[in-house]
Parts: sequence; C-alpha cells; structure tokens
Amino acid sequence: MSKMDEQGQSRRNFLAAGAGVAATMLARPAGAGGNPANQPPNVPEWTRALGEGVAVRPYGKPSKFEKDVVRRDVEWLTASRESSVSFTPLHELEGIITPNGLCFERHHGGIAEIDPADHRLMIHGLVERPLILTLEELKRYPRVNRIHFMECAANSGMEWRGAQLNGCQFTHGMIHCVQYTGVSLRTLLEEAGVKTNGKWLLVEGADAAAMDRSLPIEKALDDCIIAYKMNGEALYPEQGYPMRLVVPGWQGNLWVKWLRRIKVGDQPWHTREETSKYTDLLPSGKARRFTWAMDAKSVITSPSPQAPIRHGKGFTIISGLAWSGNGKVKRVDVSLDGGRNWRPARLDGPVLDKALARFYYEFDWNGEPLLLQSRVQDETGYVQPSKAELRKIRGVNSIYHNNGIQTWHVQANGEVENVEVA
Amino acid sequence: MSKLPKLVAAALLAGAIASPALAQSKPDAKTEAKSAPRYDIGRAPTAEEIRGWDIDVRPDGQGLPEGKGTVAQGEKLFMDNCASCHGEFGEGNGRWPVLAGGKGSLTSDNPVKTVGSYWPYASTVFDYVRHAMPYGNAEAFKVDEYYALVAYVLYLNDVITDQDFELNNKNLAAIKMPNEQGFVMDDRAAAEKSFWQKDPCMKNCIAPVKITARAAAIDVTPEDKDKKSRGVE
Repeated sequence: MSKMDEQGQSRRNFLAAGAGVAATMLARPAGAGGNPANQPPNVPEWTRALGEGVAVRPYGKPSKFEKDVVRRDVEWLTASRESSVSFTPLHELEGIITPNGLCFERHHGGIAEIDPADHRLMIHGLVERPLILTLEELKRYPRVNRIHFMECAANSGMEWRGAQLNGCQFTHGMIHCVQYTGVSLRTLLEEAGVKTNGKWLLVEGADAAAMDRSLPIEKALDDCIIAYKMNGEALYPEQGYPMRLVVPGWQGNLWVKWLRRIKVGDQPWHTREETSKYTDLLPSGKARRFTWAMDAKSVITSPSPQAPIRHGKGFTIISGLAWSGNGKVKRVDVSLDGGRNWRPARLDGPVLDKALARFYYEFDWNGEPLLLQSRVQDETGYVQPSKAELRKIRGVNSIYHNNGIQTWHVQANGEVENVEVA
Repeated sequence: MSKLPKLVAAALLAGAIASPALAQSKPDAKTEAKSAPRYDIGRAPTAEEIRGWDIDVRPDGQGLPEGKGTVAQGEKLFMDNCASCHGEFGEGNGRWPVLAGGKGSLTSDNPVKTVGSYWPYASTVFDYVRHAMPYGNAEAFKVDEYYALVAYVLYLNDVITDQDFELNNKNLAAIKMPNEQGFVMDDRAAAEKSFWQKDPCMKNCIAPVKITARAAAIDVTPEDKDKKSRGVE
C-alpha cells in the first residue's frame, strides 16, 4: 500500500504541475512553442541542409517526434510480461487501419519467433484427406483480402466495477483493425474434405502456450481466413507470424496466432480458454459459455485522457471509433451531456462488415465542462447499452464483453478524465 | 538424420493417397466438399507426424494418451516445478493463477475461479497442462507425469480425496467436477433483447447526470517515465 501511496503522490504532483504549464500556455499566442529560429520569418535548419539519402532507412519508421505513439502495458494486471497484454494507442490514431507495430498484443507464452521454413499447418481429424502445409504451399491457394477489427473479449474488462484506467488506450486499446491477406478457411476445409459428422474445429497455436480453442464448423465455413499478411506485409511475430486464424467479429482469443493445427471433430473440446477463461460469470453464479461475437461498441478516441483539448475553446473535433461483431455500423450518436441528449455523428471513410468505422462530431466548444459519450447502432438494430443497463443484466463480475457506453469528462482547462455518471 | 529417408518415403506415399484414384476407392465417404475443386497442394501428414502433435483431450476422454500417475507422485512434481508460481497448496503466489479454493465464491463480490470452484471438466486440466505447462518448458513432461500432476491438482481441490488415487486414461473422463452444471450457452440474443431498438432516443433520454466515480481518484493508470503523454502540456 505504501508504494501505491507514493505513486499516488507523484501523480497528484504531476497533475498540479501540468495544470500550471497549461495556464502559462494559454497566456501565449496560439501556435507558440518550439524553437523560434526554425519558424517564420527565419529559414529552418532542415531547409538549410540536406537530409538523409534514400535507403538509409531501409525499413521506415515514424518520425522521432512521434516516439510516444507506442503500445503500453499495465504492469499490475498480470504476473509476467510473457503472459500479458499491451494496448493499442487509440488516442493517437486516425482512420480505421491500425499500423502493424501498434496492434495490441496478447500472448500466453511470449512471442514465438518461428522460422517459416520449419512451420507446418496440419489439418486432420474428421476429414477425407488430411493435409500438412508449408507457408509456401498455403500461399499457392486462392487469396482473399479482408479488413476486420479484432477485439479481445476482455477489452474494457477492468471497467466493470467503475471507472478505473485513465486513458482510452487502457480502457479500449485491446482492439486493432487490419487488412488481412490469406486463404479462406473454407477453401482449405474443402480441400481436406470435412466428413458429414465434422461439426467442430480445434485450432491450436505453436507458441509456448500451444493455445487451443474450439470453433463451430458453421463459422469456419463462413468467413474465417488463415492469414499470412497484415496491411500488405508479412504478419508481425507478435501477431502470429507466419500464419494466424482470422475469425471476423468474434473474440480475439479465437484468432489463434502461430497456427499449427486444425483438427476436425464432432464435439467441442471445452479447452481452458473456453471454460476457465472467456466465460462470462453472471450474478446468479452461472456463467455464459461460447460468447463468441463481440457486440457493437464505440468510443471517443480524442479528446480522451491521454489526448486532452490543448487549443482552448472554439472549433473542436471529436473523433472516435465504432464497430460491431455482428455486421456493419449503421449510425453513431454523440452526447455532450452524459447521455441525456444525442446528436448524430458523421461516419467518414469506409464502413465495412466487422471492421472499425471512424466517426466525427464537430462543434464550437464554449469552454464549459462536457460529459462526452458515443453510442453506436449496428445494422442488426443493436444499440450500444449504457454501463448501467449492461450491469443490470450482467452484474460486475463477468470480466468479458464490456461494451457499455464510455464517459469522458472534459474539464474547462481541456483536461479529460474517465468517469462514471448517473 | 536417419529420419530423412523415412520422411521422403512418407511424402511419396502421401502423394499417392492424395491422388484422385485412391480417394475414389472410398465411394461411401460423403463430404460437404465432395464436388469442390481440388488444388492438390500440400501432402498428407504421416501417422507419426499426427501422433506427435495430436495432444488434445475432450471431456468424454477422447484423445487421452495411455498412461497413469498418482496423487503422491504428482505432489513431488508439483513442488519441484509448479509451486513457485502456484503456491504449495495451489493458492497462487502474487498474481500467478490460483488453482484451488474459492468454493461457493461465484456469487460473491470476489469470485475466485479455480479448478475446483469453476472448471467444468477434468479433461480441460489435462489438456491445458499438457499443452502449456510447465510454464516456459511446455510439453516437457512424460505422459505419466501429466497424469500425476493433474491428479495432484484435483486432490488440492478435494475432487480426489485419496492420496493413493491413480489417475489414468481409463478413469479421468469419469471424474465429475463440482461446477459442471455452472454454465449456460450464450443467451445474449434473448436475455438482452432490449438492446435492439428501432430508433435510439435522441432528446431528454434520461434525467440530468452527475459524476459518480473518477478513474483519477483510483489512480492505477500507468504513467510514462518522462510523463509527457499525459495531461495538458
């Protein structure tokens, strides 16, 4: 406890210091700061000298001024970093595609660094023609390209009992959205020839946890993909290189990384990850199992606690993400008063099936405090519930599937905090 | 190296099995994919390859390998390999998983979900431990050792009460776990039907609200070391 107190103290000091800086900044003209020698009317240093040549950076990376745009973890959440999670910095991103290096990580036995020459995918069980494939062989099958979000079922899981983590990255950052290239799982299952009594798949990874899950055949034959590319390039090791399963709209835990084996059976396996984990405990003491689909959800990514309003009052952009595991986003509404009144937001960019959609709400901020919320409705008619509505049915111990409406409190100085309202 | 010629031979054989002529030798086999195009890319795995990787186990016992182990044997293995994280009694050290206890806690404010209080099937313990444990040295134990370890974990949870009990591939599926009936299928479509609406409310939907809780007050959010990315700069 004393450690916590120390941290609490330092946090309070920091906030106090931050507020002081803000006050000084407001007194200066807009756009002030930086090095005046590089600003008009002067000619900046990058104009007066040549920069680095081509191929000095054979694989490009973001500007050094963007070094804070990184995945972060919450150390107290887990016992070790090898079986843990890091979060996507949603508050810094725009559009709907997550850059490969910023996609959140969830590993159960660390990152498997697999030599693709030694990787094999085995398909066996209730099939006519068991198959074993190399990566190169997988790439010879017809390809599909699909953009899908992938959300951990435990995203926002720390918020069931109330506002806990002060940042959109931490409350909602167990999600990413990527364009996958790969082979339709249906193509491979047809190649192997699923027997008529083949109703379930066991999908298993090659990492140090060899994570295994059961997948119903209907979903496997519908829209699943065995992906080997993300956003055009090879999967990153932390995302399952050389191949992973893509299960559109369903909880991330099913998207087995480092996929090594698919076994067709006639019953589910009830593995650890679908019994002791990823089951949703209700107030009755019973738990829901096989809650695969991710319900419609949205969040304002900016402003948010890590992305405060720095410009003071005036024209203000609210930017956010909405998604549904059951189809397309139909509409998003934004509230400035904690859910009492709502105004339609503007969807901009592609609105795709089981993918992130970007929304904006632009308005003139008068500088008064706000209670910001967003609310999505998907094409099935499902409306994102408030946290109170969700807790009424689910209680507070279900860990998974917290898709309740998020509230951000924007203070007069532009600072933003994660709050609960009633 | 001695395996190489065997693998080549197996691959040749596999090629033969995958050929249409042989596939047609089983005309009674009906598949959903019967008329689908065949690419003939890849090969059939050998029986030995499948045996090495086919380690999953189901509640009905399908997949259990031949083997056996006692609670007492498991206790020794557990103390040497598992107790440093899970605790000698499965109570869990620090944030490492608690394996035992928690009975009757599922409706409380602080549910403790352990093998005994929550897991519906004994097969799941075997499947998981054999896949992933010991942590950082997965699949390192012999089959008999996995039976012994699972026996000990069940003993810690009073599912098995006799120290001399021998768990094996014949009796594991018959073990009933206390919380087997504790699960229901996903019923969100029915139980949460009220979340589907024609037109969401836009005006005066609820009474004016007040802030009831703040994350900043709990203060458990990690900070960057340079503290730059937080707050108004």
